[in-house]
Amino acid sequence: MLTYALRRLVLAVPLLIGITFISFLIIHLAPGEPTETMVGDMRVEAAAQARQQLRELYGLDKPIHVQYWSWLTRLARLDFGRSFSPDGRPVLEKIAERLPVTLFLNVVELGIIIAFAIPIGVISATRQYSRFDKITTLLVFVGFATPDFWLALLLMILFGVQLGWLPISGLRSLNWEYMSFWGQQWDILSHLLLPIFVATVGGLAGFSRYMRQSMLEVVRQDYIQSARAKGLAEHVVIGKHALRNAMLPIVTILGLSIPGLIGGSVIVESIFAIPGMGQLMVQAVFERDYPVIMGNLVIVASLTLMANLVADLTYGLVDPRIRVGRRR
Amino acid sequence: MLVLIALAVFAPLLAPWDPHRPDIKKILADPSRAHPLGTDQLGRDVLSRMLYGARVSLAVGFVSVGIATVIGIALGAAAGYHGGYVDGAIMRLVDLMLVFPRFFLLLAVLAFLRPSIWTIMAVIGLTGWMGVTRLVRAEFLALKEREFVIWSQAVGASGFRVVWRHILPNALAPVLVAMTLGIPAAILTESGLSFLGLGVQPPYATWGNILNEGKDTIEIGWWLSFYPGVAILITVLSYNLLGEGIRDALDPRLRQAVGRIVTRGG
Repeated sequence: MLTYALRRLVLAVPLLIGITFISFLIIHLAPGEPTETMVGDMRVEAAAQARQQLRELYGLDKPIHVQYWSWLTRLARLDFGRSFSPDGRPVLEKIAERLPVTLFLNVVELGIIIAFAIPIGVISATRQYSRFDKITTLLVFVGFATPDFWLALLLMILFGVQLGWLPISGLRSLNWEYMSFWGQQWDILSHLLLPIFVATVGGLAGFSRYMRQSMLEVVRQDYIQSARAKGLAEHVVIGKHALRNAMLPIVTILGLSIPGLIGGSVIVESIFAIPGMGQLMVQAVFERDYPVIMGNLVIVASLTLMANLVADLTYGLVDPRIRVGRRR
Repeated sequence: MLVLIALAVFAPLLAPWDPHRPDIKKILADPSRAHPLGTDQLGRDVLSRMLYGARVSLAVGFVSVGIATVIGIALGAAAGYHGGYVDGAIMRLVDLMLVFPRFFLLLAVLAFLRPSIWTIMAVIGLTGWMGVTRLVRAEFLALKEREFVIWSQAVGASGFRVVWRHILPNALAPVLVAMTLGIPAAILTESGLSFLGLGVQPPYATWGNILNEGKDTIEIGWWLSFYPGVAILITVLSYNLLGEGIRDALDPRLRQAVGRIVTRGG
């Protein structure tokens, strides 16, 4: 198990380098340069000169493989460079202050999705075509088709504007520092309720569907019949024999869906003005801030790789037939 | 769904107003008889803009999925038919693209290209072919061992002919399902990008950017934020139902294969 995990970690490195190379290539070959936005409204001659100086300063005048190599070697020392934006702060610092927020949101969302999707899927599968199954199937399809940003807007209108129950942007209120300890906790929670709800809906719909399908296949298997024939109680048959087998494909899908979940935080964070990675990415994209964009991609890609690794290891735990250490 | 396509195709005939003409006397007018879905912050008719927006959204859905499918079939066929190192290389590329946070990549690319309908289509298509590749490869691996394929190879048909005439037609069923389910995913992605202001640019209307404009006037003009979302919801829902329907009708065996590989876009 441990050797497997280590080997996977080593294998992840070339994958990561591949990812950075492709994105570096795309970003640098695309027309348009950050210097264009930096010189802004200078006079034409002055702008041309200033741009040349800026290019030299940031090494943008060198051939692309030289740029990539210098970027990569600095990356190996965890030096992500400095942001192109006027504050010029190190990229790592910018990301570090935003990463925890996004990480927290995604972990909570994933937890909620798993906690609700599995029971929903199991119940709909064991009572196929019951009223519960029909209603959840309908909700699943609607939830799947609802654009998250639209749902966010509607909820903001309802709870933020019409009812005035919940704040609609940011992480904390202006007078946060003057609140009591529990007041502060509630304040942050109330700011996060809507974003978490919005981000959860799509994933929840998808997962309960997969869970239902997986469960439906499993309960038709012979070993479920024999478990019943042995005279085991129904909840033991479903909860122990069927559930464990039905979970296998779910673990795989969970790993595959993590990029989508993190991607979804871009939209949710922008709408609710939550200072996370997604919002940073959108700002960087509008400012054409190469170092921040690349830094973001690297961090998000590494997180995804790690999440996939965890999913694969969990797979081994759930299914003793797969002895990951001795595969190949 | 045919109704949706018809609405999009005949938008110029059906739209009661010019979608780009502002009318300063009717800024943010409530829904009324003249403007059934109200007007926006420049006094443009929301219904007309949505009809034109339908054209963009559906076109982006079809074209980007088309691009993704062509790439997916080509790579999947090559991997499945040749096997060996070709297969290895293509599947490593698929793995690489799958762990990529797609939405971040899309954003990064669109930041540097001038966003237009064509770049959006190309970018969504070029980042969405992995599912089809896996499906086609799996079908090819199974089909190339079958008697009729071996027979055609034995009588001397060229590799291209074997693939094109004998294997591919038999491998298309799951691809069709994946395409039907890929279109709504592409529409959702496009509207999400347009909503962030990185998709199709104004003055062209898409459902996503009408919503983006509606967000600023959310407190006075709820209809701007409401109807485009309903349109997206209905479109995506109908494609998903269609996809599920085709899947069940074609082959119950496919149920799990497609369901596992096609995950939600974005």
